Amino acid sequence: MSTHLLFKNIDEAGLATLDVYVQRGGYENLKKALAMPPEGVVEELLQSNVRGRGGAGFQMGKKLSFLPKGAMDKYVVCNADESEPGTFKDRELMQKNPHLLIEGILIAGYAAQATKSFIFIRGEYAEQAEILEAAVAEAKAAGFVGENILGSGHTQDLWVHRGAGAYICGEETGLLDSLEGRRGNPRLKPPFPANQGLYQGPTLINNVETLATAPVIIDMGGAEYAKLGTETSTGTKLVSVSGNVKNPGNFEIELGMKSRDIIEGLAGGTPDGTKIKFWFPGGSSSPVLLPEDLDLAYDFDTMAKAGSMLGSGAIIVVDDTNSVVDVALKLAKFYKHESCGKCSPCREGTNWTVKMLQRIEEGLATPMDLDILASVQEQIIGNCLCVLGDAMAMPLGSMVAKFREEFEEHIEGARARNPYPEEAAA
Amino acid sequence: MSDETQTAPVVGEIVPAPPREQAIAAFKTEPPRYAGGSRVPGWDDPVDLTKDPATIPDPATTEVPAELRAEIEDLMTRYPDPKSASIPALAAAQRLHGWCSPQAIEQVACVMRVTPGYLVAVASFYDMLDTKPVGRCRVYVCTNISCSLNGADALLDAVKGELREGDDIHARGFECLGACDIAPMASIDGVYVGPIALDEVPTLVDQIRKGEDPLPDKQLNKRRSVDPEANG
Repeated sequence: MSTHLLFKNIDEAGLATLDVYVQRGGYENLKKALAMPPEGVVEELLQSNVRGRGGAGFQMGKKLSFLPKGAMDKYVVCNADESEPGTFKDRELMQKNPHLLIEGILIAGYAAQATKSFIFIRGEYAEQAEILEAAVAEAKAAGFVGENILGSGHTQDLWVHRGAGAYICGEETGLLDSLEGRRGNPRLKPPFPANQGLYQGPTLINNVETLATAPVIIDMGGAEYAKLGTETSTGTKLVSVSGNVKNPGNFEIELGMKSRDIIEGLAGGTPDGTKIKFWFPGGSSSPVLLPEDLDLAYDFDTMAKAGSMLGSGAIIVVDDTNSVVDVALKLAKFYKHESCGKCSPCREGTNWTVKMLQRIEEGLATPMDLDILASVQEQIIGNCLCVLGDAMAMPLGSMVAKFREEFEEHIEGARARNPYPEEAAA
Repeated sequence: MSDETQTAPVVGEIVPAPPREQAIAAFKTEPPRYAGGSRVPGWDDPVDLTKDPATIPDPATTEVPAELRAEIEDLMTRYPDPKSASIPALAAAQRLHGWCSPQAIEQVACVMRVTPGYLVAVASFYDMLDTKPVGRCRVYVCTNISCSLNGADALLDAVKGELREGDDIHARGFECLGACDIAPMASIDGVYVGPIALDEVPTLVDQIRKGEDPLPDKQLNKRRSVDPEANG
C-alpha cells in the first residue's frame, strides 16, 4: 500500500477545482461521515490515534472529545498561519488540494457539532488564500458548505480569514485574539479553547494537515489508519526539508522512517564536499540534533526521547560551512522580533539573548557570558503564557550545550580581533 | 599607545577601537539620561495631554469611498462579532491608500464604528500593515534560517542596491515566508519567486518597476512536488 495519502497525485491538473476533486471521489467521505452519528466520527478519530501536525502533537480525537456537548455556538478554526521557520507543508497542500482541507473541516465540524468555521491563513500566503476562497465558494455553490449540508441537518458556515503577518498568531490563543480583531496576544490557559475559545465559545483548533487527514481516516477507518506508522505516532506526515540540502521540498513519509533516509535519501543530503553539522528536527523551535542522531526513527516519541521534538515536521539541515553562532543569532533575532511583549520573561529574555549573542559576535563577551546566556534561557522556559519564549530558549540552550567549544573559540577569536572590548562597549 | 591601535581590524559593525585613555574615559562617564531619568531618548514624545482621545468618526463628515465601504461591510457580516473584520478591513484600506494612513484608519473606523486608536493598536502589531508611508509595491525578502543558509542576506542587499530614487517599491527583509524549498526567495506583492540568483536581481527589480510578472519561470505556483512518489 502506498504511503501517500495527502500527497496522492498532488500535481494532477485542476485538482484545486471542485470537478476534478469530486471525480477523484472527493466529498464522498463527508457523505460517509454525515451518515454516521457525530460520536461515531469522534470514535473513528480517537481510534486512528492521529496526533496534531501543527507542533504540539496532541491527539486530535481527544481534543475533539473535550468539547462540551449540547446546543450552543461552537467553532472550528483551521490554523493555516504556518509561520514556524522551515515549515511549508500546509502551503503546498492548500495550494494544490484545497478541497481536501475543506472536506476535513466539514467532517471535524460535524463531529464537534460546530456551526461556524474559519480558516485562519497567514497574510503572506496571498496566492493560497485566493485558491482557498475560490474553493470555498465552489463548495458553497455545490451545497457542501452552508445550511443543512446534503440533507443531513448539519449546518456549518466557512470563511477564509487572512492574517497580516505575525508569528505569534500561529499560537492557538494568539490566533483566536487575532481572529477576534485584536492584537495577537496569547491568553492564559486554562480555560483551554475547547471550553472557551473564539468569542468565548467551545472551539476546536487544528492544523491544516491534521484536518486534511480527517477525510483519509474516515475513508480508511480509524483502526486501519492506526496501523500506519508506529504505535504512538500513527499515520503519515508531511515533512518539509530545507537548509543545506540538494533537493529541498515536502515529502510525505510514514512516521517512524529513519531520519537519515529522509535527509540523505529523499532530500539528497548536503551539497558535495560538506557534512551535516547539526539539524533541527521540527522547525527552528526544536532543540538541535547532531549527525550521530541521524539513525533515529522520525516519530514523536523517538524525537522527544532524544531531547528534541517532531514539532511541525520541518527539518532544517545546517552544514559545516556555517558558524553555530551565526545561526543562533539569526534565530534569536527572529524570536525577539516576533515576541508579542505580553510576558516579561519572553519579551526581555529574547531581547537580552540577542544582545548577548551580538556581544559574542563582536568580541565583547567572556566565556562566563555563555553560562549567563544559558541561564537566561532556563528562566524563560515555562514562565510565560505561551511557548514562544521556550521556542527560542530550547534550541539556543541545546546549541550552547552541544557546541560550547565552538562558542568559546568564537569568543576568543573575536576578542583577539578586537583589542579593547570594554572601551568599545562604552 | 602606538599608532597601530588606531588601525585595529573591525569586527562586525564595531567602530575602530579608540585610543586607550580616551576609551577608558568614555567608559567611566555615565550614559546620557533623558526625561524622567530614562535612558531611552524620546520615550515621552507623543504624549500630548492637551488633546482629547479621538472618538468614533462621524459618518456625516467622514468621506469613505463606496467600494471600500462595501468591502468592509461585507467583511463584517462574516463574523459573529463585526470587530473581527478589523484586520482584513485595514488590509483593504491599505490596498486603496498604499499604507494605513490616518485617513485610511479614519475611514475604516467610521465604517466599523470603532475608535481610530483601536485600529492603530491593531495595525501596529502586524508586519504587513504599515503605519508609516512606504512604497506601494511590497517586496519581502525572506531572511530567516533556511533562506539565510542559502544567501538571503546578500539577496536583500542586492535588491536594495538596485533600487533607485523615486521607485515606488518597499523592499525589506521579512521573517520566514514559508517557502524554504525555493530559498533564497522573495515575495513580490504576494507572488512567491525563487530561488533567485544574484545575477537575476537587476532583471527582477526592473520587472517590478515596470509592473511586469516577476521572473515567471521561477514562480512558486509553477513548481511541481519534489516527492518522487507523490505523482506515482
